[in-house]
Amino acid sequence: MMKLTRYVVYDIIRNKVIMAYTLFLLVVSLSLFQVEENQGKAILSLMNIVLIVLPLVSIVFATIHYYNSYEFIELMLSQPLGRTRIIFSEYAGTALSLLMAFLLGVGIPVLIYSPDDSGLSLLFTGCCLTLIFTSLAFLASVKARDKARGIGSVLLLWFYFALIYDGLVLLILFNFSDYPLEKITLLLTALNPVDLGRIFIMLKMDISALMGYTGALYKDFFGSGTGLLFTSSIMVLWIVLPLLWAIRIFNKKDI
Amino acid sequence: MRLLFITILSILFLRSEARIIMAGPTAEIKELRKALALARDGDSILLQAGIYKEGSLLIERSISLIGTNAILDGEKKYQVLLVSGKNILISGLTIRNAGYSAMEDFAAVKVVDASNVTIENCHIINAYFAIHISNTRAVVIRNNRIEGTPRSEQLSGNGIHLWKSNFALIENNHVTGHRDGIYFEFVTSSTIRRNHSEKNIRYGLHFMFSNDDAYIQNIFNDNGAGVAVMYSKKVRMEANRFDLNWGASAYGLLLKDITDSYIARNIFYKNTVALHMEGTSRIEIRNNDFRNNGWAIKVQASCDNNRFWRNNFTGNSFDVATNGSVSLNQFSQNYWDKYEGYDLNHDGVGDIPFRPVSMYSMIIEENPNALLLMRSFTVQLLDKAEKALPVITPGNLTDDKPMMKYIKQ
Repeated sequence: MMKLTRYVVYDIIRNKVIMAYTLFLLVVSLSLFQVEENQGKAILSLMNIVLIVLPLVSIVFATIHYYNSYEFIELMLSQPLGRTRIIFSEYAGTALSLLMAFLLGVGIPVLIYSPDDSGLSLLFTGCCLTLIFTSLAFLASVKARDKARGIGSVLLLWFYFALIYDGLVLLILFNFSDYPLEKITLLLTALNPVDLGRIFIMLKMDISALMGYTGALYKDFFGSGTGLLFTSSIMVLWIVLPLLWAIRIFNKKDI
Repeated sequence: MRLLFITILSILFLRSEARIIMAGPTAEIKELRKALALARDGDSILLQAGIYKEGSLLIERSISLIGTNAILDGEKKYQVLLVSGKNILISGLTIRNAGYSAMEDFAAVKVVDASNVTIENCHIINAYFAIHISNTRAVVIRNNRIEGTPRSEQLSGNGIHLWKSNFALIENNHVTGHRDGIYFEFVTSSTIRRNHSEKNIRYGLHFMFSNDDAYIQNIFNDNGAGVAVMYSKKVRMEANRFDLNWGASAYGLLLKDITDSYIARNIFYKNTVALHMEGTSRIEIRNNDFRNNGWAIKVQASCDNNRFWRNNFTGNSFDVATNGSVSLNQFSQNYWDKYEGYDLNHDGVGDIPFRPVSMYSMIIEENPNALLLMRSFTVQLLDKAEKALPVITPGNLTDDKPMMKYIKQ
């Protein structure tokens, strides 16, 4: 299995897209840290990249890669190898190379310029989101045989998590503002990994604002040990569940 | 000529016939109570090192009570010193364990109906009220260290408490662990200078119905609810620091029904709300630094004719929040780190106005739960749209001359 993963990683690394992605992240992070006099502001701008660009690139790249290596997968299937093993190796290879790109492009500048709480939580969130969106990509591409359809649904997924979901939450908050919504909002954040990651980073950055009103509640919850455990385990669930689902479909699929 | 000189000199000597009374374990007079009874106007009592457990003591004559390592112990039962007279100096004492009473405001030093009283270099530990002044003219409280034991808001008294007094000077004191660090009620023409008030249960400084006062160069940090200035006129607040007041109802500086005041050169750092204004009019707020606060300024719609100019706003989550759709206050020539405009003629002033109130801050004002969506992509898009075409935010709340560079104060 390691061998297969290694081949996938080699294949991707030779690909120019991932190089460009790494370089893009590196240039953006370095220039943000150089231009902003305040490290906090640089982290803030990086947070936008991590929450918007990173999921988009991860999900689209993983999908395209899956469709492109479809023939390779077919070839592997003709060998005496388990299906779970093949699809998992594909996932591991893709996720690993995207992770490496992120850690090289954002991780190194952050560790150099701002190796504190907010920086580390940014890296944690970035890693989680890369893994989550790669596994969502695999789910979508395993489900759809047609490439155009796969990429389309993947873009829609990204759009949903990055934009539509928050709009829906806002809608809910306003329509039910007469009710106590504190617990509900906590639950709502768990249903979107991007929101969860954002709050996780934000707690390290905007503590002053969060200490007011309802903010204190979130701070109490997410800031505590249970909160950290909650965030991590929800993130892990977001990685594992789509992947398991994808593996299940792949195992039953008529290739 | 010589005769005249000698006459004057001898008169002076006669006049200043003040005695110095030594009291303490190795002196002739062992008890402070006895020394106080012996002292006449103008005398000084030098109190030797030692612990004095003499219950409640009354000072009525114009004397100086000066201690060197003398400790007055209230045994958690008594009010230690009660001062009522004029021209009295209390210096260098350590007063500890003053009593607690639910009926009366027991204090380590209580000054009632007095004038020209000075309390300096004292160390007051574990008191209910530490220094309690009422109906007094020209009191000076200087260089004292006051450490309370924080209990609940009901069981703690104030550090330095002034009621119905005037011409007071509170200088260089350090107050911690009390209910309000410094409390002013009906105090006029007074100055609070270079004090440090921290970690008090409620307010670092609590200020009510007190006109024509100034507080300058003080530091207020980590207090339960920051600093509150209410129902007063003509207050000058200059060069203070308001730091780290965090909590659901914590304000760096809370202004309620204040008029004709002046707030300048203060630094607000990491407060949940740095400056909260309610029912305030005609206040000049200039050259202040707002750094890394949750909300730099919250102006309720009940405020009018306040002028904000040449302030710096850096690293705040929200710069200005308000709850109305009309703003009657002026913002001008401030530096906003969120400003994205340009300066074509390079005069240091941005060419397009800045709108400090974001749409999202209005949303939060209405629906605090929406705080959850802070910094999300959706909210940023909404903010951008609102900036281009203001609908919800007050249209006239703009800074027409935003500065391009940080203003050196």
